[in-house]
Amino acid sequence: MLKAMLGEAWYAMGANRLRTALTMLGMVIGVGSVVLMMAIGQGAQYAVAQTISSMGSNLYILISGSTSSGGLRSGGGGGPSLNVADGEAIAELDGVSHVAPVHQGRQQLVHGANNWSSTVVGTTPAYLDARAWTMASGYAFGDSDVRSATRVALIGQTTADNLFAAEDPVGKTIRIQQSPFLVIGVLAKKGQNLDGRDQDDTVIVPLSTAQRKVFGTPFPGSVRLLMVQASSAEAMPAVEADMIALLRQRHRLREGQDNDFYVRNLAAAADTAAETTRVMSVLLGAIASVSLLVGGIGIMNIMLVSVTERTREIGIRMAIGARQKDILAQFLLEALMISVAGCLIGLALGIAGALLTNAITDMAIVISGASVLVAFAVAAGIGIFFGFYPARRAAALDPIEALRHQ
Amino acid sequence: MSQPLIRVAALGKSYRTAAAPFPALRGVDLSIDAGEFVAIMGHSGSGKSTFMNLLGCLDTASSGDYFLAGRKVADLDQEQLAALRNQTIGFVFQGFNLLQRMSLEDNVALPLVYAGRGLAREQRRQSARQELARVGLASYASSLPSRISGGQQQRVAIARALVNSPQLLLADEPTGNLDSHTSEEIMKLFSQLNGEGITIVLVTHEPDIAAWARRQVCFLDGLIVSDVATPPRALA
Ligand SMILES: Nc1ncnc2c1ncn2[C@@H]1O[C@H](COP(=O)(O)OP(=O)(O)OP(=O)(O)O)[C@@H](O)[C@H]1O
Ligand SMILES: [Mg+2]
Repeated sequence: MLKAMLGEAWYAMGANRLRTALTMLGMVIGVGSVVLMMAIGQGAQYAVAQTISSMGSNLYILISGSTSSGGLRSGGGGGPSLNVADGEAIAELDGVSHVAPVHQGRQQLVHGANNWSSTVVGTTPAYLDARAWTMASGYAFGDSDVRSATRVALIGQTTADNLFAAEDPVGKTIRIQQSPFLVIGVLAKKGQNLDGRDQDDTVIVPLSTAQRKVFGTPFPGSVRLLMVQASSAEAMPAVEADMIALLRQRHRLREGQDNDFYVRNLAAAADTAAETTRVMSVLLGAIASVSLLVGGIGIMNIMLVSVTERTREIGIRMAIGARQKDILAQFLLEALMISVAGCLIGLALGIAGALLTNAITDMAIVISGASVLVAFAVAAGIGIFFGFYPARRAAALDPIEALRHQ
Repeated sequence: MSQPLIRVAALGKSYRTAAAPFPALRGVDLSIDAGEFVAIMGHSGSGKSTFMNLLGCLDTASSGDYFLAGRKVADLDQEQLAALRNQTIGFVFQGFNLLQRMSLEDNVALPLVYAGRGLAREQRRQSARQELARVGLASYASSLPSRISGGQQQRVAIARALVNSPQLLLADEPTGNLDSHTSEEIMKLFSQLNGEGITIVLVTHEPDIAAWARRQVCFLDGLIVSDVATPPRALA
């Protein structure tokens, strides 16, 4: 029975090919754009998620203000307000897993005849732990290198590519501010950060070495930045409060006095970025859904025309014993076939479009089984929803009225 | 004991019109036994088609009763009526009413699709070809209706009406669109079918055609005015 009806529906669709094709086109465009937009939206979400996980999780950045005493700015000579001892104190707090003092700046790097400008980061091994940054080759420096200010460097992938091309950087020497540094490791690739900066365009050296040989700061104990990692997302609010209280106490700030440092919550920034892309992808999907809706209405329109055109046929079928549910099923099946066929073509075109977008723009795309399933379910739903009304109209016809038609 | 196949009592049908309801049938009483061959005659507008549509369960009466094979038709639901149209009744129209985009065998097989016996497509076509052979059109099984003559189309329509082996064959002016020679062939076919035991009720304007039947019922203004038996006629 079902097979016979499928055959019939196929027959009816073939009877008016151009019209069937145009109706299907509505579905094709609708499903195609939903699939494409979902691929782009999910791709953006994926890219942001990648970036966020590359930054490290549950991070705070403490940024030095200038030192002040008794409400008076101590002037340009005061130096950064945070120091290494602050970092060590914060590391003792509950819920803090890593603290890394950071002194960074852009510097020119030289290796042989090659020149490259990179961000030089002076820090401690905790920095790599906090950012979950592993080595692609070689090994990282340890706390003893920081204590004795050895001239060793870890370089990022971008820096390695630009200074060394095909050469293996490990064991080679680079010069920063005339000082030679031995490259002991190459960092694993991280990609862009949330601001779009290349995280792999970097050189990491021990904090003490950076301060003495690269930046030449007159305040060796002070640092511009402290990177603090909480042990979990749940611990973050408590860590933030404790950290601020501790620093205010250590900096002897009185009630009512402003903090002499800034706290930047990277996790919150990451959440914002993730939320933004999520909203964007929902919007894209919503806009594409409108075309799917229009496609569905197109099906309904054609099915209504088809019912009117074929009223006499319906009458004949009823006269030879078709039940109402047979007629209902026949028209419903036709609508369903148009929408499912349109969906399949739309799916293929949508995926092709997504791959093309990826090839041309380098934009990340994600085609998930879920989005394909959703597109399919929606197409079937549309076929049934928009096919039901015309089909019910056909089924409700009175046999003799239908036979008299035309 | 043996009840009539068809029994109608005080059957009435009014059509809703813009002005007053129009009574097309005004209390018809009639019994037809299984195996009869009845011709219904009467002027145009006397209510013949209205009556046939009621007998065929295509339309519902406004008043009175209709019993088909002992069942009161007014009490049946849509599904049961569809089953009657499918299994018990074969209806032949003046205008053939074949589905133009289907082959003849698929047209004839269509009632089998709705019979719900779960026959495979090839089995259905097989039965359809048997029916087509019975009406002498075996070689046209895969043609389209538009490719054959009116007389042939009417024979296909008869084959379709017969495919579910109904007890009752209803035909509303089956020869109305055909020339006299073709009409004669159709009537021969009906006689033969009646000989095989199928009850036949047909509407016609022509006495020549009515003469093939064994009983002639005449309508006038929605009432039966005469009901006479006719002598059997020798097959030419
Ligand atoms: N659908 C309808 N609506 C209103 N009036 C109708 C309808 N069908 C038939 N009639 C009227 O009912 C009366 C009987 O019609 P019917 O078709 O039964 O006549 P008939 O005997 O079959 O005539 P003919 O020999 O011309 O086919 C006619 O007067 C006709 O005008
Ligand atoms: Mg008539």
